[in-house]
Amino acid sequence: MGREPQQQVSFTVEQLVAVNPYNPDILADLENYVNEQVLSQTYNLDANLCLLRLYQFEPQRMSIQIVERILIKALMAMPAQDFSLCLFLIPEQVQMEERFKTLIVLSHYLETSRFHQFWEEAAKNRHILEVIPGFEQAIQAYAIHVLTLTYQKVPRPVLAEAINVEGLSLDKFLEYQAANNGWVLEKGSSRTQQLVVFPRNEFNHPELRKNTADGIPLEHVTRIFPVLV
Amino acid sequence: MASSYDYDDGPYDSRPYPSSAGGQQGGDLGYDPNFVPDSVKTFVVHLYRYIREKNVYEILQMYEGSFQRLSERMFRDSPWPSVEAVAPYVDNDHVFCLLYREMWFRHVYARLSPTGRQRVDSWDNYCSLFSVVLHGVVNMQLPILWLWDMVDEFVYQFQSYCQYRAKLKNKTEEELQLLKQYDQAWNVYGVLNYLQALVEKSMIIQILEREKEGLEQFTATDGYDYQGGSNVLKMLGYYSMIGLLRVHCLLGDYHTGLKCLAPIDISQQGVYTTVIGSHIFTIYHYGFANLMLRRYVEATREFNKILLYILKFKQYHQKSPQFDQILKKNEQMYALLAICLSLCPQTKLIEENVSAQLKEKYNDKMLKMQRFDDEAYAVFDELFSYACPKFITPSAPALEEPLINYNQDAYRLQLKLFLYEVKQQQLLAGVRNYLKLYSTISIAKLATYMEVDEATLRTILMTYKHKMHAVDSDGKIICNSDLDFYIIDDIIHVIDAKARKLHGDYFLRQILKFEEINAELDRVKLD
Repeated sequence: MGREPQQQVSFTVEQLVAVNPYNPDILADLENYVNEQVLSQTYNLDANLCLLRLYQFEPQRMSIQIVERILIKALMAMPAQDFSLCLFLIPEQVQMEERFKTLIVLSHYLETSRFHQFWEEAAKNRHILEVIPGFEQAIQAYAIHVLTLTYQKVPRPVLAEAINVEGLSLDKFLEYQAANNGWVLEKGSSRTQQLVVFPRNEFNHPELRKNTADGIPLEHVTRIFPVLV
Repeated sequence: MASSYDYDDGPYDSRPYPSSAGGQQGGDLGYDPNFVPDSVKTFVVHLYRYIREKNVYEILQMYEGSFQRLSERMFRDSPWPSVEAVAPYVDNDHVFCLLYREMWFRHVYARLSPTGRQRVDSWDNYCSLFSVVLHGVVNMQLPILWLWDMVDEFVYQFQSYCQYRAKLKNKTEEELQLLKQYDQAWNVYGVLNYLQALVEKSMIIQILEREKEGLEQFTATDGYDYQGGSNVLKMLGYYSMIGLLRVHCLLGDYHTGLKCLAPIDISQQGVYTTVIGSHIFTIYHYGFANLMLRRYVEATREFNKILLYILKFKQYHQKSPQFDQILKKNEQMYALLAICLSLCPQTKLIEENVSAQLKEKYNDKMLKMQRFDDEAYAVFDELFSYACPKFITPSAPALEEPLINYNQDAYRLQLKLFLYEVKQQQLLAGVRNYLKLYSTISIAKLATYMEVDEATLRTILMTYKHKMHAVDSDGKIICNSDLDFYIIDDIIHVIDAKARKLHGDYFLRQILKFEEINAELDRVKLD
């Protein structure tokens, strides 16, 4: 395995995972790939699960640092459930490590939409999280995702708390979203100063949801063909 | 905690298990491995002939019928004659001997208690057998039931060995010596790589792809090859996909497991439905993996289908040696269905008969689970422990340190993570109950009813939305819940989720019923 240029290595790793995943020799390549995902802000669940499996088969070769990075990358993949998928493969004693307990707490806050507590805890653990570029943006994207699922119109303070942005930065952020993603700013009721109106999607606008429940599958109708003849 | 979890070293719980569990070969009953009774002689001679003639029907009769009958009559407590004794009657045919040995070991696992040595030897046998098949030199047609049993047994013995290996406390010195010496036996890399190799060498994925375009006949011929070729490699490859799903579930890697199964389209009939054992095991593991991935609707849908199928057809399988298996998996799937419905209630997905059975078995428990209090967690624990696969720790044991039993570690981890997920959903049931009663309600009012402050309520509502919208395998968001809402500023609008009367379905059923009645009446007139 010669040292190939950056792009070719990841291509080869993906092939490895697809073709020969149960192979202890690819462990080092997979570890390098994790580091590469961190640097280039890319993400590959299959490769990371493959590595966690290999660690499961040979616990003495496990690198706590790499596992930590995989978990943080998985957090960034929310709302996908990748974080739990990774936890399923990590032995209990390892999960007892202090840094993993922190990550599990952070995941818990995100899963239960407790954004305020999440950002507080994240601030306390900046040293773990800053190592991974793109972390903050990824979590903000997740927060916005949950908000767009839930709200047609959300009060500004709720949005601010969820993405941990306030004041002028928030104004700039809202302007950007209004220009690029179809957000609209409205005057709210007397209590709240501003409402942010999200673009319509099938989750916050039920009329957009294609209702399949009313349809009748073709195979059911075919049952009466003999009768109709 | 793990009260009802049964990590017995015995095989499927229903098989008869003699109390002399010291791993004896039945030697005290005067078992002579070299004595070949006449009935066995006839058996192997005929079986060998039928295999050479590719007479699949007769092979199946012998495999399913005669083998079971002889085992029942003559080999209840002892193994069959050794392969060395039998070989002369079958021209010492190498492949036949491997097949015979495979059945020999399966019999030991089913009716006796395999020793460490036997477990290792069985592994060697599988290695030889699969190597022969992978080299493409096998030119036989075997009943697909047999081929399924082979893969099924292979995975089962792997699981059994991992558990055996993890119980170090009461092992004798010689057993430990054996473990040290044969540390490559049933190693997880080997198992996974054999299954993967079978899938690849058989090109089964390409075959299934080509079949979709009409270029290949596979499902239509039930996996048999009518052009004079061999179906062994193809079918082993096919069943190995299911084998990989199972092994990955045992390791806790549900995502990859489902990926391994992806080439098989389970929304349709296929070769996997032909053998009832394979059908049930596939859906059981598929459903379980989806449950752990929070795709409750998908799991519920598949469990409903298979439970209905079992209800209708189980009477036809009463004579099958797999009948107890089928019943056990049936019960486990009802438990899993109860869990799914408690976490994500559905009104429309369950067929009436299945629903009736479910209520009979689990009504009380489901009511308890939906309360999400401490008692509820105990019930979730109990049902999960009863219904889950027997998770394994794949790494090799540490034979030097103080010897402990760590066979329950994997299970405890999965249970813990599952209950953790359940706890996160604790407040959602309360929200659901209130929202069912309103079409709109202000956040302030609902907060008062639920006795939480507004900020907390907002987080609960967002959690509900997040948990009820799972990400499926293509990355799309799908809604799992039949009760949905959206919020404008501080008013919650509940989406009308009244169960629509399924007029179309109703009419279809009535039309068919009337046709039946008309036909009956016609018959009466003619008498």
